[in-house]
Amino acid sequence: MKLQLFPIVLCLLVTTLFSCSRSEEKPETTQPSPAEIPVITIMTHDSFSVSKGVFEQFEKKLQAKLVIYQSGDAGEALNKAILAKNNPLADIFYGVDSTFLSRALKADMFIPYTPQHLDTVDKSLQLDPENRLVPVDFGDVCLNYDIEWFKDHNLPPPTRLEDLIKPEYLGLTVVQNPATSSPGLAFLLATISRFGEDGYLDYWQKLKANKVEITNGWKDAYWGKFTAASEGDRPIVVSYASSPAAEVFYSETKLSKAPTAVVLENNSAFRQIEFAGILKGTTKLELAQKAMDFILSAEFQEDIPLQMFVFPANSTAALPLVFQEHAQRAESPAFLDPQLIEAKREIWLREWTERMLQ
Amino acid sequence: MDRKNAAVIKKRIFHPYAVVGLIPAIFFLLFYFYPLSGILVKSFSLEGGRNLSFLDQVFGSPRMMKVIWFTFWQAGISTLLTLVCAFPCAFVLSRYTFRGKRTIRILASIPFVLPAVVVAAAFQACFGDKPFFFGITIDQPLVLILLAHVFYNFSVMLRILTGFWSSLQGRISEAAMVLGASPAKVFLTVTLPLLKPAIFAASALVFIFCFSSFGIILILGGPSYSTIEAEIYRQAAHLFNLPLASFLSLIQITFTFLLMWGYTSFTRRTARFSPDTEQIHLKPPVQLGEKLLIAGVVLFIFCLCVVPLLALVAASLTHAGKMTLVFYQALFVNTTGSIFYIPPFYAIKNSLLFAVVSLLIALTTGICAALFIRFCDRKFSSRWSNFFDPIFMLPLSTSAVTLGFGIIITLDKPPLNLRTSIFLIPIAHALVGFPFVVRAILPALRAIPEQFSEAASMLGASPLAVFKAIDLPLMAKALVAGAIFAFTISLGEFGATIFTSRPETPTIPVAIYRFLSQPGAMNYGQAMAISTILMLVTAAGFVAIEHFRKESTEGF
Repeated sequence: MKLQLFPIVLCLLVTTLFSCSRSEEKPETTQPSPAEIPVITIMTHDSFSVSKGVFEQFEKKLQAKLVIYQSGDAGEALNKAILAKNNPLADIFYGVDSTFLSRALKADMFIPYTPQHLDTVDKSLQLDPENRLVPVDFGDVCLNYDIEWFKDHNLPPPTRLEDLIKPEYLGLTVVQNPATSSPGLAFLLATISRFGEDGYLDYWQKLKANKVEITNGWKDAYWGKFTAASEGDRPIVVSYASSPAAEVFYSETKLSKAPTAVVLENNSAFRQIEFAGILKGTTKLELAQKAMDFILSAEFQEDIPLQMFVFPANSTAALPLVFQEHAQRAESPAFLDPQLIEAKREIWLREWTERMLQ
Repeated sequence: MDRKNAAVIKKRIFHPYAVVGLIPAIFFLLFYFYPLSGILVKSFSLEGGRNLSFLDQVFGSPRMMKVIWFTFWQAGISTLLTLVCAFPCAFVLSRYTFRGKRTIRILASIPFVLPAVVVAAAFQACFGDKPFFFGITIDQPLVLILLAHVFYNFSVMLRILTGFWSSLQGRISEAAMVLGASPAKVFLTVTLPLLKPAIFAASALVFIFCFSSFGIILILGGPSYSTIEAEIYRQAAHLFNLPLASFLSLIQITFTFLLMWGYTSFTRRTARFSPDTEQIHLKPPVQLGEKLLIAGVVLFIFCLCVVPLLALVAASLTHAGKMTLVFYQALFVNTTGSIFYIPPFYAIKNSLLFAVVSLLIALTTGICAALFIRFCDRKFSSRWSNFFDPIFMLPLSTSAVTLGFGIIITLDKPPLNLRTSIFLIPIAHALVGFPFVVRAILPALRAIPEQFSEAASMLGASPLAVFKAIDLPLMAKALVAGAIFAFTISLGEFGATIFTSRPETPTIPVAIYRFLSQPGAMNYGQAMAISTILMLVTAAGFVAIEHFRKESTEGF
């Protein structure tokens, strides 16, 4: 007979837990009556973040409730948006990576709009002349190295991609698989831009001979192999130019100097630009346009660095101190035409995989 | 004779057990087959699907064939290793009672919840360059993959075997011994045949789990090793080659179906016996040999499951070689003022809430499904149960990204506009937890002799009364095993690939991933700290579930 206790207690537990969560939500929903307040929805990837203050400003400016959907990593979120384009999940999509730009534009799912403040954005970032997608932030993927390690081993740190294939750099580098990792792909594109479509495989062949290590994701490379962040044995890793700033910002005892440094010279960094746009099928076009204006405003843009550890697209946005001191931008990043990337991505990845992993 | 049979079947077709079959059927059609068929139809109607070029991309590519072969190979070896490790432990746990038995069983189940990236970190700490564990260094990715699979699935095997083994009547083997059979002979001719259904059930689960392994292969294996599941993710999420991704998903699903079909047909004639609920055969160790045996098993489980966990706890408590609580303290501070900051208690609450709801869904649908399968067993030829049983296993081997894409394009209209619904989370968790419940209780349920319920109904008991008085108590132990899996799967599920989530309801695994996505020592330390909390929450959940069982069977 006591067996009946089990479901009863479970049900009680669930109801109490549910009621707990309801009671917490109440203060938000009771203030304004929800029927009158329009809702604006932003679909984005898992790395998206915004601070509480700016989020509230956003809602205040728009006189709307802001809802954010996160739908997996950058590629996955975009693909979900493409699949749902006839019945979109959101009004705005934030975070189309420049390597996916031409796929997103081909899907014909964005409404052209020139937001305010677009004139503050560097022309080199604006890759869609029709402004269906406008740049919102960018970051440079590049080599990071462990400063201490190179000092201890009396070795000059790398300054260019070619250094990695020198014999004294044997077994020092860890990179990510471009087929499964977005910085990995950016680094592959950097090598293609640097050595050309004919020469990049030779370079990778030499990297392989120099015992480069390849992981599937950024997390396993940085947290598993990089000497500055793990028990690993690789003092050179592919990461972002803002990673040293994050190392300082998230250090246990506030460091004055980053333990890691970056290589940006000699076109060795690849710039990843993120774009945002209004999704076709939105029923609140005017509101969505206002939201795009806000996304490019200094208010939102100044929040980006510490939330996502990338640079704001708006050049008038002030950078936080830790970025001014420890994060760098490449002067002349490597560049490849997004259309070329979309057309050749699969071929390059196949060639790379065959050369490096067989 | 035939007419009589037909009449019985006709009368029994409205049997309540047949009707309960509708619950899992509807659940399945709605949340599994509908989204899945949606994405398959869509993919194969795309240009790359219509011209069948995906066939060449699979069968014409040596790399893809290698991937398919490796998927099978590693799953087979992992299952075998897990069985070899768990079998002696199950023997000891189902035979002897000793102090700390419950603790060691709970500890053995914790690995199941940990996200792959955390397990990788634990293994790195144990077997990396500065070894924590008896100076053993392992840098062979293949060894690490197999070891991690054993680490993960050990508890699945152990729980199912122990649950079944301890319900085996000790008297049969005792009788054989009295009649002069040697222990080896008793084992080979009595125990092993009786155990066969549980061994196959557990092995099938573990095989399918390893078969669709994703995180472990991706992180520990590095890029040289890939499985079908990893390939599907790559094709769908990055290359957006939906026809190829869907075709690979179909291969996975078809194979799982065939495997389970073969398995159910094979174990159709399971040994019947009377389960012993009083546990009289559980005895304390007396002889030195028995004590040594128990000590050996405990030590083994400790080394396999507990040491890597301890390494994580140690990582969460030390910084620069000093003991510190700074990572735990930092969990309570929103450093960047982010709207996505996750207060630890909030994440714990969400995780528990989702876990309990998905546990309830998985248990309800699982029990209904198992009852229905047994009903088919008894009333019809086994053709029917041979068909339904494998179908219920399919979610385990369906790629999350495929199903997630399917949900986006199918569950998008009212009344089923669930694409962004919070209910999708427990539903998806239950979909994966449910096969574990079925697999855990079905052998126990099938082992209950038909005469029991027949006698009861003859004496006037309603089917519900029969279920409550006979079936439920007799399968209680197996049910707890199933419940633990359903609960654990939900707690450990990262599953962002299935959902389009509102970030307001983060769970503990989501918090772990968020910390690990930025550089900085604090992030790493906090990820380890919250992993430790996940372990504690899991252990507490197990204690609670086992406590319910204890309360409910003691009165029986």
